[in-house]
Amino acid sequence: MLRKTVDLITSLKLTIACLSAAMALIFAGTLAQVHLGIHEAQQRYFQSFFVWWPRESRGFKMPIFPGGHLIGAVLLINLIAAHARRFRWAWKKLGIHLTHAGLIIMLAGGLFTDLFAVESHMRLTNGETKNYSEDTRLDELAVIDTSNPEFDQVTAIPESVLRHKRIIEHPSLPFQIVVKHLFPNARLQMADEAVGGAPPLANRGVGAQVIVQSLPRATGTDEQNIVTAAIEIVPVDLATGATQESLGTWLVSDALGAPQTFSWMNRTWQLTMRPARYYKPYSVTLQKFTHERYAGTEIPKNFASQIALIDPERSTNRDVLIYMNHPLRYRGETFYQAGFQKDDSASILQVVHNPSFIAPYVACVIVAAGLLVQFGYHLVGFARKRTAAT
Amino acid sequence: MKRFFPFIVLVLAAAWIAASVVPPKSPKDDVDLAKFGKIPVQVGGRVKPLDTVARNSLLIIRTKETLRLSDGRQMSAIKWLADTLFNAPVADEYPAFVIQNAEVLGLFGWQQSDRKYFSFTELTPFLKQIDEQGDQADKLPAVERSAYQSAILNLRNALVLYQRLKNSVQPEGAENFSAEVQLFESVIPDAAKAARARETGEKFDQAKLDQLTELMQRYSKSAELAYILAVPPRDRSSDWRSIGQTLTQSITAREIDPVVKLYASLGDAYRIGDRAAFNEHVDLLAKETSQIQPAGAKRARYEFFFNHVDPFTHSMTLYVLAFLFACISWLTWQRPLNRAAFYLLLLALAVHTFGLASRMYLQERPPVTNLYSSAIFIGWGAVIVALILERIFRDGIGAACAGAIGFITLIIAHHLAGNGDTLEMLQAVLDTNIWLATHVVAITTGYSAMFLAGMLAIIYIVRGVFTRSLTKQTADSLGRMTYGVVCFATLFSFVGTVLGGIWADQSWGRFWGWDPKENGAVLIVLWCAIILHARWGGYIRQRGLMIMSIFGNIVTSFSWFGVNMLGVGLHSYGFMQKAFPWLVGFMVSQLALMCVAAMPLERWRSFRTTSDRQTDLKFASAGLAVK
Repeated sequence: MLRKTVDLITSLKLTIACLSAAMALIFAGTLAQVHLGIHEAQQRYFQSFFVWWPRESRGFKMPIFPGGHLIGAVLLINLIAAHARRFRWAWKKLGIHLTHAGLIIMLAGGLFTDLFAVESHMRLTNGETKNYSEDTRLDELAVIDTSNPEFDQVTAIPESVLRHKRIIEHPSLPFQIVVKHLFPNARLQMADEAVGGAPPLANRGVGAQVIVQSLPRATGTDEQNIVTAAIEIVPVDLATGATQESLGTWLVSDALGAPQTFSWMNRTWQLTMRPARYYKPYSVTLQKFTHERYAGTEIPKNFASQIALIDPERSTNRDVLIYMNHPLRYRGETFYQAGFQKDDSASILQVVHNPSFIAPYVACVIVAAGLLVQFGYHLVGFARKRTAAT
Repeated sequence: MKRFFPFIVLVLAAAWIAASVVPPKSPKDDVDLAKFGKIPVQVGGRVKPLDTVARNSLLIIRTKETLRLSDGRQMSAIKWLADTLFNAPVADEYPAFVIQNAEVLGLFGWQQSDRKYFSFTELTPFLKQIDEQGDQADKLPAVERSAYQSAILNLRNALVLYQRLKNSVQPEGAENFSAEVQLFESVIPDAAKAARARETGEKFDQAKLDQLTELMQRYSKSAELAYILAVPPRDRSSDWRSIGQTLTQSITAREIDPVVKLYASLGDAYRIGDRAAFNEHVDLLAKETSQIQPAGAKRARYEFFFNHVDPFTHSMTLYVLAFLFACISWLTWQRPLNRAAFYLLLLALAVHTFGLASRMYLQERPPVTNLYSSAIFIGWGAVIVALILERIFRDGIGAACAGAIGFITLIIAHHLAGNGDTLEMLQAVLDTNIWLATHVVAITTGYSAMFLAGMLAIIYIVRGVFTRSLTKQTADSLGRMTYGVVCFATLFSFVGTVLGGIWADQSWGRFWGWDPKENGAVLIVLWCAIILHARWGGYIRQRGLMIMSIFGNIVTSFSWFGVNMLGVGLHSYGFMQKAFPWLVGFMVSQLALMCVAAMPLERWRSFRTTSDRQTDLKFASAGLAVK
């Protein structure tokens, strides 16, 4: 039994099966991008253990195909196991060993990147300074205590917590937050302009005049989800832990601009739904954004952001030019020129934290060398045979 | 005869090529349009000769590079452009606009007939309607447009382009433009005086001011419309300008750029048919522009030559000829035809290489920058590898592959050129020669090898099933060739794909983003890996290798074209709805071939008819000694 399992795990048939499954999966996943958008298709097909069917159902679901993570993992195990079992050193086999060692590094690196890489955006208008970047997909509910004139105390609740917990408590907050409704994507309308429909969900703040219409999650690459929630603030007696009378229900949404304010126990709080922020120990100021086009056309020729990088911890204060294909790498993060506001008033930098970014570089060199050695070996053998034959 | 035949073929073909290299001369008694065609201008961000502007514009408007008049006469693109620029009423009568869609014709109350080209005059009554309909279609993304909507939008764009061309050098309808420019120049100082007088409250000449205002309005309208930027910059910091723009800016400069005056006189001479004056001014204009922009002018002259030689059409013809010779050589007259095919291919490759190198020189870029150039390059790479195989095996197989792939890829390129300039400027993110030279070249070389392997497999199957010419020796050589080419494809596809990932990591911070084009590339790598592992594991033999290589054609064509048709992702440049049926047809044909190959070996003509059937069956199923 054990022997059979080992045979299976190390077999070439399993390799071919995995490779074929990967082809089918990639083909299906690529076609699915047309309807789902790149991000959604990526999550369903490639960054999952199984592809589930039916897609939208909340109840019964069954796996219909192995997902990218499963195939990758099996392939990795198969690769390592086969080599561990059959490894024999021979110059003849150098090419094959190199190729597969490189592939192991590449697959492992890919898995690492999937798990640990974080991508975010930094949007800067001319002259603006920021010490944080923003997530492009995930939101957070920020509860800000503005009572202290020296600093604000921010409590950020990630979207995923809002989704899974109904009642949220935090030591820094003297109240509970009760999530009454959460919409992954929604459209907001002023109540007096809307025709019919449900009454407003909130009874405090600007949300009391707004009607929420639930929408399916956005799929397009440029479409954004408008995450919206109705939350009730219920004060808690700090001594006893008992809940007191509710302060009311607020509507928080990406579509609502300014934060909404309320007071409790002589302290002022702000509520806002915003893209999740990643704070940095340094700050970035956009000094100048340039966008050139080819004369007489709309074809972009170059985008460039000149920024000032200020890091008191490392006593750094310098100007950096970030432009296409020339990112800034600083303290484990990389800043890329990603885009710009339509009227060129703001520059958008992509901020990537990827601890395993070096893996593909190493892997590529090793595999390419391995393939060259292997096929070169074949070629020399073939040429020798032909000269011998003629 | 047998000995000399290949040389005779080579000499004839070379003479044919040489004839097309001789620079064109306009007849002595006509205007020198050849010289006019070499004048450098800037369009679409690139300096190019007027000849290229003429060809590309006509390609967009008429889908052909030449014009055929209603009386059947051919007219060159540059003649058409000269008429459009200088003598619009004549050009308006040329049947230059192509309309094939029945619904578009129906919009004008016309029935579909054998006539598909129409003149501007004929379309004039419907301009407003076309504009409205085109606007509606423009609002939809390209993927969602119906055939009618695409057609009406194309017509609208063609008309816009034509109108812009007409206003590029002189405002439309100018009768005597050089006199007008002179008047404008003389009015400027007087009008400036009048304006100063008005400011200080003195008496001033209202008529002069009005005259200037009127002319200024005329020129700024022309500047807005102009498609061609004809006036070269005189210093490094400024850009090319249109004639209208240059005229409006003369107010501050207080003088009119000589290039504008030259164009004005040129146009006037052309309109009244003054041959001597036209030729004299073309000479002066050529001198003036090459003095201001020596590098641009030199490049434009070279591009004119390149257009004239038309290398890809010529090599296409040679490839077909070589393919036919190679195929016939398997049936009869083997040596001479085989040699002739090889020589023809060398000549075709030389012409092909000249074209590829010229494009690189003109664009100052590595060979592949868009879908069009990828087709040119894939053909080129496959032909070289196939010729190396032919050199080694000398059995006509490499030659047949080279001929077929060279021809097909150039045909594809020809059809991809319909969007106008194939040497267009590159988007900012692509503006990096290192990655274009490594990633893109490696990927396309991988495509070349995949198609070559597929072609070898097709030859194996067609010869084996339908003819008696597939001997054991031929089959074995084909097997070795295919295997070697698949290895080559694996190496290049893998390296190319990973280099693409590294480029992506360098430019937007992620190594892999599951973009359709990336997925297409990795599909090729996976398929190569499957073929190689299946062969190493002994799961497939010679025939299996062939069937899988043909499937490689499907995978590669999906990666090359199919993913672009999805209309998603960062690589979705060059969306082509029209190519979709062709792609599907190609894939179906490959599947059919795979089915044919899967027939039992007794049904293969090559194996059925040999004297010792048993041994042959054995070799076919045993295949190559593995490992």
